[in-house]
Formats: sequence, C-alpha cells, structure tokens
Amino acid sequence: MTNTIADIETSDVILVTGSNTTENHPVLSSFVKRATLNGKKLFVIDPRKVKLTDHADKWLRPAPGTDIAWINGLMHVIIKEALHNKVFIENRTENFEVLKKTVERYTPEYVETITGIKAEDLIQVAREFASAPVAAILYCMGITQHTCGTDNVKSLANLSMLCGHIGKPGGGVNPLRGQNNVQGACDMGGLPNVFTAYQPVGNDDVRNRLEKAWNTSGMSATPGLPVTEMVQNAYDGKMKSLFVIGENPLVSDPDLNHARKAFANLAFLVVQDIFQTETTKIADVVLPATCFAEKEGTFTNTERRVQRVRKAVEAPGEARQDWEILCNIATRMGYEMSYPNSHDIFKEITSVTPSYKGITWDRIDGMGIHWPCPNEIHNGTPILHTTQFTRGKGMFHAIDHTPPAEQPTRDYPYILTTGRVLYHYHTGTMTMRTDGLNRLSPECFVEISSGDAQRLGLDTGSMVAVSSRRGKIHAKLKVSSKAMDGTIFIPFHFAKAAANELTNAKLDPTAKIPEFKVCAIKIEPVTA
Amino acid sequence: MESNIITINENKLTFESGETILTVAQRNNIHISTLCHLKNTLPTHTCKICLVEVKGETDLVESCAAKARRDMIIFTESPKVITARRKQISKLLALGNHNCAIREVDPMDWTSFQLDVLTRDGNEDLCPAWGNCELQNLAYLYQVKTRALPLTGCKYETERANPFIIRDFSRCILCGRCIKACREIQVNNAIEFGYSGEDLKVIAKADAPLKDSDCVFCGECLQVCPVGALVPEKAFRDDRFKDTRKIRTTCPFCGVGCQMDLFVQDNKIVKIDGADMDLPPNHASLCVKGRFGYDFIASADRLTRPLIKKNGEQVAVSWDEALDFVAEKLSAIKKEFGPDSIGVLTSARITNEDNYIAQKFTRAVLKTNNIDHCARL
Repeated sequence: MTNTIADIETSDVILVTGSNTTENHPVLSSFVKRATLNGKKLFVIDPRKVKLTDHADKWLRPAPGTDIAWINGLMHVIIKEALHNKVFIENRTENFEVLKKTVERYTPEYVETITGIKAEDLIQVAREFASAPVAAILYCMGITQHTCGTDNVKSLANLSMLCGHIGKPGGGVNPLRGQNNVQGACDMGGLPNVFTAYQPVGNDDVRNRLEKAWNTSGMSATPGLPVTEMVQNAYDGKMKSLFVIGENPLVSDPDLNHARKAFANLAFLVVQDIFQTETTKIADVVLPATCFAEKEGTFTNTERRVQRVRKAVEAPGEARQDWEILCNIATRMGYEMSYPNSHDIFKEITSVTPSYKGITWDRIDGMGIHWPCPNEIHNGTPILHTTQFTRGKGMFHAIDHTPPAEQPTRDYPYILTTGRVLYHYHTGTMTMRTDGLNRLSPECFVEISSGDAQRLGLDTGSMVAVSSRRGKIHAKLKVSSKAMDGTIFIPFHFAKAAANELTNAKLDPTAKIPEFKVCAIKIEPVTA
Repeated sequence: MESNIITINENKLTFESGETILTVAQRNNIHISTLCHLKNTLPTHTCKICLVEVKGETDLVESCAAKARRDMIIFTESPKVITARRKQISKLLALGNHNCAIREVDPMDWTSFQLDVLTRDGNEDLCPAWGNCELQNLAYLYQVKTRALPLTGCKYETERANPFIIRDFSRCILCGRCIKACREIQVNNAIEFGYSGEDLKVIAKADAPLKDSDCVFCGECLQVCPVGALVPEKAFRDDRFKDTRKIRTTCPFCGVGCQMDLFVQDNKIVKIDGADMDLPPNHASLCVKGRFGYDFIASADRLTRPLIKKNGEQVAVSWDEALDFVAEKLSAIKKEFGPDSIGVLTSARITNEDNYIAQKFTRAVLKTNNIDHCARL
C-alpha cells in the first residue's frame, strides 16, 4: 500500500475494486465501513455483489476482465470535464498528453458497450472521485489476476495521479496483500529478479556488494524464473528439482492437471511444510517445519509495517525452524551457514537492505515500523511518494483494453472467477483443522445467479459437474445474489473440488500472474 | 486567553474542546469506573457506573458522555458518587445470574473466599467469567453484597448452537457493549437490542441463533463483553486457574498483520484476543480466522519427523539422513544439469528471516536466481 490502513478512514472517497474485502481482509474492511458511517463516500466496482456493496454509495458492475475500459472511461470523463489536477500533473508527472489521447475514445457510451456499466453511473463516479479533496483506491486480486493484470494496476495509478490523489494522507493506490507475509517475502528478495529491497540481480554493483557480504562469488546475474515458468520448465523437462517451502501448489496453481504432470516430471522434489499436503504427498523428501506460533521473527504487513512474531509454544516432535533447515543443507553443500538465532539473521538483513536499515527488534518491540526506514533515528514512512515518485516523475501509461485470454463460447458458455471465502485460507491446510470453521464453510460450492440457475433448471444444492478445456470438478450449486448472469464463482480452497482444475494458466506477460479471474466453463447436472 | 481547564479530584487538567470528562481523566491516569463504555464508540447510557459529581450541579453526570467545560470541578469518588454506583451495581447484579463472588463475601478475607469458591462451586455452576468479570470487580471494589438480592430467573435459554460463541442470557446485563462492537467497530450490524421493557434482549436477525444471522463470528462481542454473557465455546473455563502466559504476536492469515495476544497453558494455545485498542493496525479487532482458527498449531497431524521416499513410500528418517540426502541430491543435480535446473519456492507464510535465508541459499549456494513464492496465487 502507498498509504496506511488507518489512513483509509481519513479519505473523502474510497474506491474499492477487485477486492472482496469483508471476506479476505475482514479487519481492514471495518476501516472502510466505519468511514461510510462517518459520511465518507464508498464506490465498489466489482463483478460480484460482494458484501461491501451493502455499505457503498454506488456499486458498479463491470463484466469480468474489462477493468482497463472502465478506468479509461473514468479518466475520459475527468479530463473532458476538466476535473483533473493540473498542478499535480504539471509538477509531478509526465506523458499526460499521450494518456489524454488514449482515453479520448473511451466515452461513457463506448465503455458501456464493453463493461456493461451504465454511462451515467460512470460519469457520477468520475465526478465524485475527481472532485474529492482526497480519494483512496483499494484493490486486490480481482485487478491483478488477469493476463492484463500489470496494465490494470498501471491504469489505477494513472487514475490516482490524474486527480493528484497520491502522496498524501487518505489517498494512494493500495493493493491489499492476501497472505500474512507476501510483502515481506517480496522485500526479502523471494523473487527471481531482485535481492532484498528490490535491488536488481543484474546490477553488478549490487551483486558485488552482496557477494562480499555473503563471502561468496559467481552469483548469477541473470534473472531467474517465476514460479509459473518453473512449473512449465518442469513440464518440459528442463527443471530437474524444486525445493518448496510452505506452499501447496498442487491445489493453488492454475490448471492443476498440467501442474501435476509437471511435478511428476521432476527428478527430485523437496517440500518443507507443517502438514502433509497434496504437494508433500508426492515429494521425495518432506522436512517438518515450525509454524508462526513457534517462531521468533518478523512479518511485514500490507501497509509495509514490519512487525514482530514471537514464540508462544514449543514445536512438535523434531520440527525445525525453516531458516535452520536451509542453513543445515547449505553447510552440507559446502557453504558454511549458521546463526545462533533469527535475531542475528534480522541484523544481517538490515545490513544489506536499504529500506530496512533503520529497523531493529528493539524499535519494533511495542509497535511496528513502515519501511522505508533508512536509519535508526528515522520513524519510518507511512505514506509513499509524498514529494516524488521512485523514478522521479510519475509516468502516465497509455493503455488500451484487451479482452481476457479465454472468452465464453457455445461449448463453454460461462465465465469462471475464483477466490476465497471468509472462513478459509488458501488451500485450507490451516483453517480446515478448526471444526467451527468447517461448520461455517464445510465444502466447495458453485455460486450462480438465480437467472442462470433457472435457465439450467437447477437450484441450490443440486450437484453439478463444472468443466473447462482443462479439467472437471463436481460440487453443489449455490444460488446467490452475489453472482451476475453468465459468471460463476468457485472458491479455490477445497482440494476435493479444486477450482484450479479448471483455471487457465495463461500469464500476464510482465508480472507472470495467471488469469485466475476469467476462464470459460460449462455446467452440467449430475444425476446421483 | 483563558485556557481550557477542569479540576478532577483537585487536579487541574487541560482539555480540548469536545473531549468528555472520562477522556480527560483517562489521559491523566485518573481512574473512573466504567462498564458499558467502549472506546471509540458513542455512549450507550445503559450502566450509569461512570457517574461523577460536578460542583454546582444537582444531578450526577455521566463522565463518558458529558463534555468537559471550562472551570468544571469534578469529584469521581465522592460519597454521593459511591452511593449511586453501589446502588447501580446492586441493580445490575440483581438483573441476572450473578451468583459469583460477592454473595457472602467477607471483605477481610478475600483469599479464603476464593479458595472456598474453588472447592464449593462445580465448574458448571461457576460463571465462566469468574475472575475476569468487570461487574464482579466493581462489586468487590465497592463492596456491594448481593446476599439480600433476589435471584431473578432468566426467560431466555442459553444459546449453544453456534460455533465458537456461547450466549448465556442469564448473565447478560444489557450494557450494549457487544452491540457497539458489532455496529460501530466491526460494522457487521449483526446484533441489536430487541423487544422492550422486561423482555429486553440482545438479538440477532429476528432473534435467531448467531449462526443463522448476519454474524460473521469475528468475536469482537466476545472480547468486549464485561461479564459472562458471551463466552468462548472452548473449554477455557475449566482451566482458568492454571498458569497462563500471554504472548503478543502477528496474525498468520491475511496481509493486514493484526496484532494479537496468544494465551498459552501447558504449551497449548487456549485463547486469542486482539491486542491493545491503541495499537495499530487492528486496534484490538480480529476476524474469525485470526481469533478462532488456531487449532492447526496443536494438531496431531503436524509433521514431526523428516520423511524420505523409499521404494515409493515415505518413511521417517533422522534429520542427519534427510539433510545429507537432500544436500547430496541437490549437489549432484547442480553439477550435472547446472544451477538453473533447480528452483526454490519460498513462502508468503514464513518470516522475513526465513525468506532471507531462502533467497541467500538459492543465490549464494545453489547459484541460481530461480526463486519465487506464491504472491501471485
């Protein structure tokens, strides 16, 4: 997030898109809902009638995979009515003319033909968003999990810059991160192209500095493969071994049929986890790790706040710390790696990570600190881009709408979109061990609009077979007011009816994120 | 210019306009007893415990609602205040099943009374909030004895149909804190006051069990209930006198990073509460997963020993054997097919320290940049 969670309550207008906030980020959603109690405006733009729409001043319902069109449409109206922030554009951005030219043809009427959003609704939201003293954008995987995910995000950044809503309290472009330490895993260089703090692996100075710090040489200057391509390379036989830590790709990856073949093709699979999962079951070696309650360390939350994790209980059996296992293996491979404790690792992190440099465990003992925090007297940075952007001036990107990779056809007439429910987390390895959560959400379901259900002659509880070009699952139908005609939602938690048997592994060319949010499916009744 | 000053118990204190007497007192560490008050919500006006005396005014005023005014002189524990509070506490005790403490208690012998309760009361009868009840604390503080009070029966049956939360209406004092938590803090709007007069009750959706209402089981109500009306379904009650450690940590589920307190007994987590109301990012709120979804930690299914696949079956081995085997295999693959034939999937669940070591291992030992994690999934 460019801004903080607490900041949300200070916005005048909040635009939430591609986020089922009340189910996926429940506590954060309270900040949004409380803002509406205090008279702040809320616009929700989402194909599903998610719970948050109950609190919204207006809900716009775009067809799945048409985000660039409505964002360009908002910008079209804002520029046409001269509601854009000319001072901000002049002082802080570049390339405005190119953007202006691109959005020129996205008239509200044209946008309506692509998205289904009524022209007058689009105009109203554009006016209110642009004329608010400050407006925040919150988004989640509904924006990113598309083949045009990167362009969707850039479009939201265009919109925020156009109105000068970035770099100040209550504004910003705020992605909501879905797992406890996604932010930290990225910050720590758990990505193929960067070391910690996003320092590029291809930069000789950076690499030399880290080789010196780590007392090694010959590190690769070539960016590695993202997970989605590692799986493809395994399928093709080029990737021989995968070392998987705390993940269950054989439920969470797109197109599971393909993923299973890829994993089966590996010469050597190691999985380090706290439970047996669909992925550990096929591993050559399974290493028992510890969970958060058995660890000392830090997580970094969605607002870039580095917070302490503390050990509450002893680990079961012979389970070991994740870092300790990796150090044990490194040492056996001829690279001596050992630390007395995780605190010493954190000290090494701060020595090689500019944005974490000023953070110490002592300083975050009571309350976490937002990075960047360049030195020990710096109080952290709750709001990014207050005086300039990372690259200097903010660049407007001219982007056109591109349709999703897979469109409904006669054989596969429905669009499938996937996500989570309130009561479970990811592949359920943690939440499905709590009876109460299983009582509240016992099994997979196929969420469908009442119109579609009627046309199929089916109702809530009917067992159906859902298939795409890649796979097939069986689950019960659930007629819901959340669903729009033609679009089906299935949660991806449940291994027994894994939505990812159906999903498309087609990737965004930049972020390499799969298009989980749109693929074509068909639904057939199953007779018992 | 005259400054904004009030006097509380002879302390001259400054205030900002719009602040309540209670806020000014709390900021200056002057204790005023409260019950229905819930920070960051509008006053409920139900308990009348926070009454204070303002010089020159005939009636006592509610410190949680009354705004500080220039030159006010306030007494928080005057005889008049204490008499009113005792009366109010008696009334609340009489409202329901509060057979806990104060009956028959000799103020001089609190410890022996506690021991007596322990031996005398069956666990079932002993209020689950015993020892952690704000009404009980007030009754003791103000020495309100309830022996003479008649016990009123409760017309509403205890609701045990829900996951996680038991609603015992016989112990509810109708303070409305749970409603404030639900409607003004979490804004889930699942509960409200229903019926009226003697029938007044906290209801969910036309008086349905929570599980059949709009309730999303965040448990904020459970956390703020001052008495034993809302209690966790789990048998924390049976072990409440055991040694309990409280550990502050960060929630392992979504990316909000809620701060929470784990209550630990005998190496097992028995309860989770949101941390301080003043501590960001969550200000003591949690969701259903964070508050109740901790059974996985002590699950019997946890992996406890390294496993190696031998003849198609995974068998438990020693750490030495497993680590030697992994190091040997990875070294051999690296040598034969090159570093880029190996990939590491690190995790968005593990700590920064774990992730840092995972990428250092990948880059410095395996000598590849093939490292990624599940951020996109």
